[in-house]
Amino acid sequence: MATIGHQIVFWIIAVVMTVAAVAVVTARNVVHAALYLVGALMSAAALYILLLAQFVAWVQVLVYVGAIVVLMLFGLMLTNAPIGRASLDNNQRFLAAVTAGVLFLVTSFIMVRAFEGQSIDLVREQGTLTESVGEVIFSAYVLPFEVVSVLLLAALVGAIVIAKRD
Amino acid sequence: MPVSYFLVLSALLFSIGVYGVLARQNAVLVLLSIELMLNAVNINLVAFSALLGQTGVPGQVFALFVIAVAAAEVGIGLAIVILIFRNRQSVDVEEMSLMKW
Repeated sequence: MATIGHQIVFWIIAVVMTVAAVAVVTARNVVHAALYLVGALMSAAALYILLLAQFVAWVQVLVYVGAIVVLMLFGLMLTNAPIGRASLDNNQRFLAAVTAGVLFLVTSFIMVRAFEGQSIDLVREQGTLTESVGEVIFSAYVLPFEVVSVLLLAALVGAIVIAKRD
Repeated sequence: MPVSYFLVLSALLFSIGVYGVLARQNAVLVLLSIELMLNAVNINLVAFSALLGQTGVPGQVFALFVIAVAAAEVGIGLAIVILIFRNRQSVDVEEMSLMKW
């Protein structure tokens, strides 16, 4: 079976994602932090492909890497922030690390206990699920879909009104 | 492949995002850390969708909605950050204490 291959790919993705995410929250240069975020988001997209969710993976690449990171870079460059640890991080780093560590231990303990012994079938024969995703969006979830489009319009108008000069 | 692998990875990503939100001082970097947390949620949704197979397709639809709402959130958030920078020449979240008594 292809399970060994899946394991190797999963561990590569996990290591790349963890390193990139840690670099996002510890980088001393703000532009480097945004570029490390690209690594974390791309490895999330690779994880979606591993989980047979191709459509979500490409939407992730298009919307996150294509639009959100570019917006973030614009935000960073328009607000020329000083570079250096003293001005980027506050003095509660240790407390924040303890909080994050406890949160990780508690949530992963609960998750592992709750889903013990359940495994994902990654070699399904029925091919891609993209067709079913489209069918579900435009049948059961058509109203939330339209509401999301109105939300995006409202966010567009709101962002222009907030950021424009009077 | 055990589903707990994906759940622990997403818990790790979420915790790193929590650390970033708590330890960063620059408002744009706080927004970057929030993106990490939203991605952790999406990984969970897609993993559960894959666990359930054909009946789990709505999980992927939820992940798409989360991505769309995250795009709206980043647009509004950056507009607010740029407005604050224009008024106060700083994006330091420690200095935004105007509404605190």
